[in-house]
Amino acid sequence: MTRVLGGDELVQRLRQGHADAIDEEGDSVIWVKPESIVEVMTFLKGDAELQLGYLNAVTAVDFIDHFEMIYHLTSFEKNHGAVVKARLYSRDEPTIPSVVGVWPGAELQEREVWDLMGVRFSGHPNHKRIMLWEGFEGHPLRRDFEDVVQY
Amino acid sequence: MPIKTEPVTVNIGPQHPSTHGVFRLRVTFDGELILDVEPVFGYLHRGTEKLAEERNYVQVVTLTDRLDYVASMTNNQAYCLAVEKLMGIEVPERAKYLRVITAELQRVASHLVATGFFLQDLGALGTPLMYCFRERERILDLFEMLCGARITVSYMRPGGVFFDAPEDFWPRLRQLLRELPSYIGELEQLLMENEILLIRTRNVAVLSMERAIECSTSGPVLRASGMRWDWRKADPYDVYDKVEFDVPVGSNGDNLDRFWIRMQEMRQSLRIVDQCLDQIPVGPVRTELPLVLRPPAGAEAYARVESPKGELGFYLVSDGGISPYRCKIRSPSLLNLHVTKDLLVGWKLADMIVSLGSVDINMGEVDR
Repeated sequence: MTRVLGGDELVQRLRQGHADAIDEEGDSVIWVKPESIVEVMTFLKGDAELQLGYLNAVTAVDFIDHFEMIYHLTSFEKNHGAVVKARLYSRDEPTIPSVVGVWPGAELQEREVWDLMGVRFSGHPNHKRIMLWEGFEGHPLRRDFEDVVQY
Repeated sequence: MPIKTEPVTVNIGPQHPSTHGVFRLRVTFDGELILDVEPVFGYLHRGTEKLAEERNYVQVVTLTDRLDYVASMTNNQAYCLAVEKLMGIEVPERAKYLRVITAELQRVASHLVATGFFLQDLGALGTPLMYCFRERERILDLFEMLCGARITVSYMRPGGVFFDAPEDFWPRLRQLLRELPSYIGELEQLLMENEILLIRTRNVAVLSMERAIECSTSGPVLRASGMRWDWRKADPYDVYDKVEFDVPVGSNGDNLDRFWIRMQEMRQSLRIVDQCLDQIPVGPVRTELPLVLRPPAGAEAYARVESPKGELGFYLVSDGGISPYRCKIRSPSLLNLHVTKDLLVGWKLADMIVSLGSVDINMGEVDR
């Protein structure tokens, strides 16, 4: 079985040198500060004990007062997984550094999050819409999005 | 001395027989050598994730059919597992076996489509594709016996499956299990010794293991590059821990390996179905649940299956209401598309279609 790492285990590893990056600790998840997401991801990927070398999914949830970014990671060597989250409080211009530099596979998923949820990724090599066309107004997966066309 | 020409940008698709749906590639050529590739998609975007927010948990099952429409059973399975994880629902043993049987039959059906179209892309027009479709048709007939539908099945429900299999389903399934292996053998013999196929696919569009992992590819694409990783083995769901099967792994990561792995996986799938037939217990097929499901507020779950294309995951977040607050679909086809550039650049126009076919994308799942 793929074991999901507890928040306390992740925090314990991150304390050595990356204590500032931790925002909150949950049961099976940690929240990190958005500005240090790349630093944390680089550490989790390279750490000899965690070896979280595979990025399963990048996604975002709109909680109206904040956006939550969710990263699911897996280690093939150790057969365990981890969930890393970050909260973004801006509604107009939520921004988080892109993790494409750590995992190239995040590129399409981050574009999708920008397109449908409206979260900006600083440092993304190709920051364009992906499903909808350029010029589309708004981001449909936001909870307050209202479809202007009525059928 | 090679002749240098001006680079030309060509638009392929969105309506093109070889793009497997409405998919567009913007390709820059130097002569017939590919210099750059940019995939463009979104033509089939139906907003499944948004639609799921307006339906209750059981109704969303019908939406999942329309993701990867050649493998609806595994889509149903992934979604139902996510809801069960979210609410802590126990599934009856018989239902778990029925799920694994249908999911594995679906894998064979999907791989037959992938193989058929791959050969079509190679230039073997019509004949091998029709052979593959003939056998797929028999699997779809079995699905029709189970639930009345062939493609958009909606057979599974949170808490089990929709209905137990009818009596005459079992002899038909046994007959299929007797006949399919020899057919797969025939197809394999016909193709694996075919010199044209070997020359066109061996060492073409090689993807290294490191690149496959860091680009988040999954399924046959990842395994063809040498990584032995299958979610059915690594994190067994339903009854995969009770059956024996092997995970075929490629060595080169070329087109031939991706093709070969699908052939081998079909055999393994039939092996799993065979064992399930011997083990399946009698009993109920669905847990009694309220008509409208209400998971606790703040609950979240990520469940995944090894679909024919790769890792298919559903991430559900609940706010205590009757429909998901957020339903994220981790689609294997979309993530596998990221490596198109690695596969195509440096190869010729004629290899482009073949390499794309070897990845086996499904636009219903890419665009959602």
